[in-house]
Amino acid sequence: MDKRIKVLVAKPGLDGHDRGAKVVARALRDAGFEVVYTGLRQTPEQIAEAAMQEDVDVVAMSLLSGAHPHLFPKVVELVRGKGMKDALIIGGGVIPETDIPALKEAGVSEVFTPGTPTTKVVDYIKANVK
Amino acid sequence: MENIAEEVLKGNRFALSKAITAIENEYDNATEIMQKLYPHTGHAYVLGVTGPPGAGKSTLTDKLAKEYRKRGKTVGIIAIDPTSPFSGGAILGDRIRMNELTLDPGVFIRSMGTRGSLGGLSHKTADAVKAMDAFGVDVIFVETVGVGQSEVDIVKAADTTMVVLIPGMGDDIQAIKAGILEIGDIFTINKADHDGADKLATELNMMLDLDGETKDWRPPILKAIANQNIGIKEVVDTFHKHHDHIEGNGQLTVRRTERAKNEMLDLLDARIGAYVRHNIVDNGKLDEYVQDIKARKTDPYTVVNSVLQDMLK
Repeated sequence: MDKRIKVLVAKPGLDGHDRGAKVVARALRDAGFEVVYTGLRQTPEQIAEAAMQEDVDVVAMSLLSGAHPHLFPKVVELVRGKGMKDALIIGGGVIPETDIPALKEAGVSEVFTPGTPTTKVVDYIKANVK
Repeated sequence: MENIAEEVLKGNRFALSKAITAIENEYDNATEIMQKLYPHTGHAYVLGVTGPPGAGKSTLTDKLAKEYRKRGKTVGIIAIDPTSPFSGGAILGDRIRMNELTLDPGVFIRSMGTRGSLGGLSHKTADAVKAMDAFGVDVIFVETVGVGQSEVDIVKAADTTMVVLIPGMGDDIQAIKAGILEIGDIFTINKADHDGADKLATELNMMLDLDGETKDWRPPILKAIANQNIGIKEVVDTFHKHHDHIEGNGQLTVRRTERAKNEMLDLLDARIGAYVRHNIVDNGKLDEYVQDIKARKTDPYTVVNSVLQDMLK
């Protein structure tokens, strides 16, 4: 058996800043994960479909535009709707602390805000992936 | 998910995805899935896309897939990117060029890391192709990692192989070396609006003319500018032409027979290797052998002979 953790790093919505997503993608690669990166400006539908086709263990979204209260829950709903019940769904970016409880309520397992060391993201995935 | 193979045959996309995961990770149910899918394979046409890093293989594949969709065909794409030899991780980035295909229900894209395979594919690519074939797509693109000169496994996996080149990568001596330039059924010069495209075409033509009359298919040299959608129809037309040619002269059957033989022998090698390894690890003799070899009390050739004699008699 040769199982590796597979992660989709996705940029939902319209912001054009993917430096953070690329830094995270690189850190996950160096942790031995297989990282599918789909680039900027993805709709929730595209993210969910790509997650399904790639059968990823983790969907990691990065968003800096402020649209997270709408887009993160939408991705969760669509990913679960594809039958992916076990996939871990996490988010990161410029997310106000006060928004985090509602995101978790909507099924986002964890939210990482600016300043989070990449090792924390890696450790979280290793500890929580199914 | 239970009954993965049955669900794949019914056209369940998530089941196809799960089947490829089982194959790639060598899950316990992978062999059973392949046994059930195999009778339903042999219908899809497999197109190999190879060439150096940055040649535009993913962009070209994206555009070619769209052209096949316009012609009413369903498409599978297997896109391979390199696995890090240090961490075992990989960035699989080919989908970035193919985002417009993601929501097309007639297209299924899967990314794979090479996971230690050095031939431009991953060890499990052939089985992933079979899963897509059994699922029922008409055409399967296999896009290799960016290759240098000797990663030529694609020619064993594909019915028609296209080598994608770009201007400015070296002089004509590079073009007469052995390797990827020997495996192209079709050559496409992408980014043909860049300086040097005509010179590259001339050099390739001269190289291919050295083959003389020995081959009955002279690989055509096409030009494309993939990101402007230029030259795409011509490439698809040429794929069809090559398909008709090798179907007509029996080469397609020869290629597929050769593939069946290679795949069976590879599977046999892998199984025997794994079986023997497990045995000498489990019975604790591996360390003993290594110590004796290192101390020059014996040699690896003698040890391997005796291990095989013990185990395979």
